[in-house]
Amino acid sequence: MSARDDILANIRRSRGVTGNEAPRRFAVTERLSGAPEGVVPARGQVEGAARIAMFRTQAEAVSATMAIVGAATVADEIGRYLRSHDLPMSVRRGDDPRLASLDWSQTGIDVSCGPSDGADLNAVSHAFAGIAETGTLVLVSGADNPTTLNFLPDNHIVILAAEDIDPDMESVWRRLRTRYGKGVLPRTVNMITGPSRSADIEQTLLLGAHGPRRLHIVIVENRDAA
Amino acid sequence: MVAHPTTTHFKDNAHRAMLDAQLQKALANTRTGFIEKRVLAVSKLPEFDALRDSARDIKDHTLAHLDLYLEAFETKVTEAGGHVHWARDAEEARRIIVDLCKQYDADSVTKGKSMISEEIGLNSAIEAAGIKAVETDLGEYIIQLRHETPSHIIAPAIHLNKEQVEQDFRRVHTELPKDRDLSQPTQLLTEARAILREKFLAADVGITGANFLVAETGTSIIVTNEGNGDLTQTLPDTHIVIASIEKIVPTLEDVSQLLRVLAPSATGQDMSVYTTFSTGPRRAGDPDGPTNYHVVLLDNGRSNMLGGEFEEMLRCIRCGACMNHCPVYHSVGGHAYGWVYPGPMGSVLTPSLIGVEKGGNLPNASTFCGRCEEACPVRIPLPKMMRHWREREFERHLSPSVARYGLSAWAFFAKRPKLYQFATGVAMRLLGWAGSSRGRFASLPMASGWTKFRDMPAPQGRTFQSQWRDRGGAR
Repeated sequence: MSARDDILANIRRSRGVTGNEAPRRFAVTERLSGAPEGVVPARGQVEGAARIAMFRTQAEAVSATMAIVGAATVADEIGRYLRSHDLPMSVRRGDDPRLASLDWSQTGIDVSCGPSDGADLNAVSHAFAGIAETGTLVLVSGADNPTTLNFLPDNHIVILAAEDIDPDMESVWRRLRTRYGKGVLPRTVNMITGPSRSADIEQTLLLGAHGPRRLHIVIVENRDAA
Repeated sequence: MVAHPTTTHFKDNAHRAMLDAQLQKALANTRTGFIEKRVLAVSKLPEFDALRDSARDIKDHTLAHLDLYLEAFETKVTEAGGHVHWARDAEEARRIIVDLCKQYDADSVTKGKSMISEEIGLNSAIEAAGIKAVETDLGEYIIQLRHETPSHIIAPAIHLNKEQVEQDFRRVHTELPKDRDLSQPTQLLTEARAILREKFLAADVGITGANFLVAETGTSIIVTNEGNGDLTQTLPDTHIVIASIEKIVPTLEDVSQLLRVLAPSATGQDMSVYTTFSTGPRRAGDPDGPTNYHVVLLDNGRSNMLGGEFEEMLRCIRCGACMNHCPVYHSVGGHAYGWVYPGPMGSVLTPSLIGVEKGGNLPNASTFCGRCEEACPVRIPLPKMMRHWREREFERHLSPSVARYGLSAWAFFAKRPKLYQFATGVAMRLLGWAGSSRGRFASLPMASGWTKFRDMPAPQGRTFQSQWRDRGGAR
C-alpha cells in the first residue's frame, strides 16, 4: 500500500469508519461549501469614519504609521514620508494600475517597477483590503503585485482605499471569493500587522527582524464622493 | 537537529537545570512576560472564551472527519498546481524532502521555523546529503549555531542570555570586525539580519512548516513575526511545506476562529505580524514566488491517537501558552524534557509519539495546578491526560519499584478502613511523640527523598479522622 493509502486506512481504523459513510461525506461537503461563520468580535463592527479610526488605532498600536489623504495627493504623501525619514527619493513598485496612475511627476521620486532583488530600500504596494478588527493589511500576489516588495525593502509603504477597510477577516474572504472564485486563492495572500519584529533574544521586542523595519499605511479617501 | 531523546532522564535533566545559573537567569524571562501580555490581549477581546469554544469545536469536527478533509485538501493543492506527498513516519518524510532537494539540484536550503522539522530531524538528513540547511528564524538560527534543540515551541532560544548569543556570533561570523559592539540585542539582530539576507537570496529551496492547512482552498498558512518564513518561501525556486496531518482545518472562516485565539495565547498580540496564505506555485504572469510547491503530510503516530483517550491532544495549535503558565517549565526550562516538545503539551504528546517506555515519565513532571488547561486556547484537558499517562505507566510496570511497593502497601490499608485507621492512629502517635521536642524531622527512615531537601513537619499526635469524629463528624 502507498503511504497515502496507509495513512488514510489507519485514520479510518482508529475512527472506526470506512470513508464511505454518506452522513460524514455530507457534513464535509456542507461545511466546505457553506463555510459557516463562527464568532466575530464586536470591535471591528463599526461603519465609516469609526471603522477607519478603529483600523488606525489597531495599526498604530503595533508600530505602523499612517496618513489619510485624498486621491490627488497620494504621491505627495509618499514623497513627504521619504523626506521626513531622510530616505533616498526612490521607490520600487508593482505594475498595479492604481499605483501607475498616481501623479509621480511633481514629487521628485525616482520610480521603478517590478519585484525586488534585495537592493531596494523603499517599496510601494497597493493593498487588497484592511481589517479594522486588528489593524491588518491584506495584500494579494499577482502580475501587478510582487510579493518580494512586501518583505525585502526596509521601508514598506502600502496604499489602501478607505472603502476597502473591512470590519473583519470574514468580509475579506467574501471579497476574495468574489474576485477569484470559491475555493480559489492567488499564490500568496499576505496579512500584515505592523512592521517585522522579533523577541527571540531575552524576550526583548525589537523591530525590523527580517522584513521591513518601517510600515507606513496611506489611506486614500474618495473625497469627491464624500 | 533532533537530539536522541533523553526523556527517560527527566529527573537528572531537571536537577542539572535547577543548578544551571545561566539557564535560571534566562528562565526568569519566561515567568512573567508571556503571561502578562496574554492577559492584556484577552482583556481586549470579550469574545475570547466563546472563540476558544469555537476553536475547540472546529478542531473536534475536523478530527472526526480527518480522512475526508485530507482528501479534499490534496485535491485542491493539485488543482492549484502543487504536489502533495504523504509520509507515514519521520524516516519517510526525511527521504521525500531530501529527494526533492536533490531533484531540484539544491546546494542550499533556507528554513522557516518548524517544529515538525525538529520532530523528524530534518536538518541532519539534508546536511548528510551534502546540502547546506540554514535556519532563518532568529531563535532557530542561534540554536543551530550552538547545535542545540529549541527549548520552547515558539521561542526556541529562550534558554539563552544575550552574552551567550554574542559569543556565538563572534565565534561563527569571523569575517566581521573583531572590535564591533554586540552588547545590545538590537546589534545582534542587525548582524543576523545582514548575514541571513544573503542566505535567503542564495537558497535554491525554502522549507517552511504550517500553522494550518485549509481544505477549502488547498492553502498552507504560516504565522510569524520576523518575516523570515516569507523570505524563505518566496525567494527560492521551490517551496516545500512540511506539516502534520492534524494541521488541517476546513475553511477560511474556520481558520479565522483559530487565528483569533492563536496570537493572543502565544505572544499576547491580536495578530502576529505576518499571517501568510500560500496556495500552489506562482501563477502565469506572477513576477515572483516559487515555481514549485510541495506539501509533505506527516502522520508519525498521529493517526493512532484518533479515537483514543489522547485524541484531544491533536487539537493543539502550538501556541506555547501551556508551558508559559507551567511552574515546572518555569523551573527547569524546555531541554530537561528531553525531546522536541516541552512543557505540559510535550508531557502529553511525547509518550504518544515516541512511546510510553521512552516518554512515560514526563507526565510526572506536573504539579497538577491546572494552569495549562486554563490557558489552553483549544481547551485541551492536559492534566487529565497526564493522569491517563501515569495510569498507563503504572499498569505497564514502568514506574520505579519503590513507588509501586509503596502504593501497593498503601492500597492494602486503604481497602481496609478499620485497619487503616488503627495503623495511621498508631503511626501518628508514634511520630508525634518522636517529633515532639523539635516539631519536625531532619531525617526519617524511607523518607530521605523528602528529608534530604527539607524537614518533615512532625504530626501533632492525632489523625484527621479521629479529630473529625470528636467534633461530631459529618452531622
